[in-house]
Amino acid sequence: MIDDLVNIVRFRTRFGRQTVAYPEGPARFPERFRGRPALDPARCPDGCRSCADACPTDAILDPGRPTMRLDTGRCLFCPACEQACPEGAIRFTRDYRLSARTRDELVLSEDAPRLAAAVEERVRGVLGRALRLRQVSAGGCNGCEAELNASGNIQFDLSRFGVQFVASPRHADGIVVTGPVTENMRLAALKTWEATPAPRIVIAVGACALSGGVFRDSPVQANGMPGLPEIPVDLWVPGCPPHPITFMDGVLRLLGRVAGDELRLAGTGIVGPASPG
Amino acid sequence: MPSRILQAWNAEAVDLALVPVLPVEAFQQIVADTVTAGGRMSAYFGRPAGDGMVDVTAVLADDSQGKLGVLATRMGKSCASLAAECPSLQLFERELYEQCGVRPEGHPWLKPVRFEPPLAEGVDPFGRRADPRVIPGDYPFFRVEGEEVHEVAVGPVHAGIIEPGHFRFQCHGEHVFFLEIALGYQHRGAERLLAGGPDRRTLALVESVAGDTVVGHGLAYVNAVEGLAGCQIPPRAAVLRGVALELERLANHVGDLGMLAGDVGFLPTASYCGALRADFLNALAEVCGNRFGRGLLVPGGVRFDLDSGAADRLADKVQKAWESVEAAARLFFDSPSARNRTDGTGVVTRDLCNQLGLVGPAARACGVSRDVRRDHATGVFRFVHVPTVTGETGDVFARAWVRLMESERSAEFAVRQLRSLPAGPVRAPCAPPVAGRLVVSLMEGWRGEIAHVAVTGGDGRFARYKIKDPSFHNWMGLAMALRGEQISDFPLCNKSFNLSYCGHDL
Repeated sequence: MIDDLVNIVRFRTRFGRQTVAYPEGPARFPERFRGRPALDPARCPDGCRSCADACPTDAILDPGRPTMRLDTGRCLFCPACEQACPEGAIRFTRDYRLSARTRDELVLSEDAPRLAAAVEERVRGVLGRALRLRQVSAGGCNGCEAELNASGNIQFDLSRFGVQFVASPRHADGIVVTGPVTENMRLAALKTWEATPAPRIVIAVGACALSGGVFRDSPVQANGMPGLPEIPVDLWVPGCPPHPITFMDGVLRLLGRVAGDELRLAGTGIVGPASPG
Repeated sequence: MPSRILQAWNAEAVDLALVPVLPVEAFQQIVADTVTAGGRMSAYFGRPAGDGMVDVTAVLADDSQGKLGVLATRMGKSCASLAAECPSLQLFERELYEQCGVRPEGHPWLKPVRFEPPLAEGVDPFGRRADPRVIPGDYPFFRVEGEEVHEVAVGPVHAGIIEPGHFRFQCHGEHVFFLEIALGYQHRGAERLLAGGPDRRTLALVESVAGDTVVGHGLAYVNAVEGLAGCQIPPRAAVLRGVALELERLANHVGDLGMLAGDVGFLPTASYCGALRADFLNALAEVCGNRFGRGLLVPGGVRFDLDSGAADRLADKVQKAWESVEAAARLFFDSPSARNRTDGTGVVTRDLCNQLGLVGPAARACGVSRDVRRDHATGVFRFVHVPTVTGETGDVFARAWVRLMESERSAEFAVRQLRSLPAGPVRAPCAPPVAGRLVVSLMEGWRGEIAHVAVTGGDGRFARYKIKDPSFHNWMGLAMALRGEQISDFPLCNKSFNLSYCGHDL
């Protein structure tokens, strides 16, 4: 018995502190991490469609033109467009800040950071220091769910900011929806939202919840939260799945706990930049 | 395996015209005989033939010979059910009914599988589409009647961050008489979207069949299309793929050991394994930029290479992470209070395991040595053997222990392979699939046997793309494991299987 306790303490000491430095300190990502895409349409040969023809989800708008944009609500952050572009007009930066307050803001042009604005002062006063969320997976593949789970582990430790996932909508101040909203989950998603007392926050997480993602236009789903207009979305978090730090950044900005446009990135990981495979 | 059926290797494309089309009785006789004799059904699916008939294909696995048997028949509106004599076929028959309308007469448990619309135009076999408000779970559950017998309903939205499913318990106090699991909430129409491919969306779709098994399903897919194209991938690509598959296994096994510890309230292992899981996810992200391995695979090889220094550093990192996992897991397995909860809980006997046709760690925990990496090896597993781990007791402990032990083998494999990557390119050109072919591609994902079957039409496009996640076999194992248990042990039993909702629902 005592031995067991000693072993636990010994391991704990050796294991050390695991919590990431973000947001007080820099965030750390592998060199090859694909965050916010940066576009340089000046490099595009006129009428070139290489990126759009490679994209699995039609995320690139007006390819080969000065008005080229990329819809991060559809983007899977896969390497297809970057590798297909002959001119380097699309590259993925390691900027983890991707969340937006409206669906339209998810459409990016050129190379500008995306910083979600805080929710209004009145709501922030109520929820800013203790936000309880209920998660609704509505066709999510368990990728977004896994990263949301990870945001609560001892590394990311979202509960340091008073943000926690709870077991009932009655205990919650908001819901987090993942998945394209399948026909078979539509009613359950609606009921969960209705059971959450106001003022309530709705956060849509991942390409599927933002646009249907890779399942877009399948007849048995709603193309994500835009297909469920009864539920207004307060925060849109892109990714497939979003990295836990991307999710944290969005939530903390929504609550006004992180502000400003300083990007803090630590030195990269143990593997160098991607060589074309 | 009878000589009348077409034999194929894993991921070997065969001429569709060579698949024998047998009379229904002969087809069913072969299926029943093979399964009764210890063979397994790896895939079973229909294609509407247009004239109200359904072309049905079965894939039988002979694990000892490493062979797959493919046979076909043509069925009408009904056929005799084999489920009573071969319980492992029960869900396959229900799926064929739901997708294609072939009613298995005499089926003991003819209920919807995932509440999906039928593949062919026409009436829904279960008559559900007439009322669009009907949702999964709204169907006649099995009920136990009696004084003080009560029913507990859980889901679809669960208490944690978990995919949706409905669990209906028939209880007397804490004692569970019966658990029925109703799924389908996650049905996104994956197979329907895959038909007509391959196209630019296909790979991303198979990576999203189960987001915790990106590499497993992705590998089953690229192996299938490479088989259809006759493409040989470079050795370096094969090794990197194998490493990615094992890193995925490690991440999931280690994470689940932490969750199991959490479910019995043993917080040290819960916290540490939760964090250590990230080391394996991050190792995948070092290679391909995504923590789940998305974007790594491509027909013909992999999209990303590692230089030798980076590969060595990654090997060191995996080795170090594994050493910490071992220590963190030992705390759990050495703790009498934790073991008191896991030992003898949620038992599946070896006999039941064989009847139900369980796969993966759930089967190996019952002493059934079954592993696609060994039995139907492809890629690097043809040359490097990862030892198969089995348990004996079939309980929560055995499932946890098997997963820890096979994690150790996976870590050894990944470290050794990263330190000795073969030289050369990581990608070869891959031609489009050849027309009129069928390929069966099996892969040992971390939950067990993944099966993808692709059938190409005259234009070289997928006329049918069938996916079977290991959870398709194993959900019934969880339902059976709960019989006679306490309802408070459900989370523990559930996590010891940790089955996929979306992989089942497609």
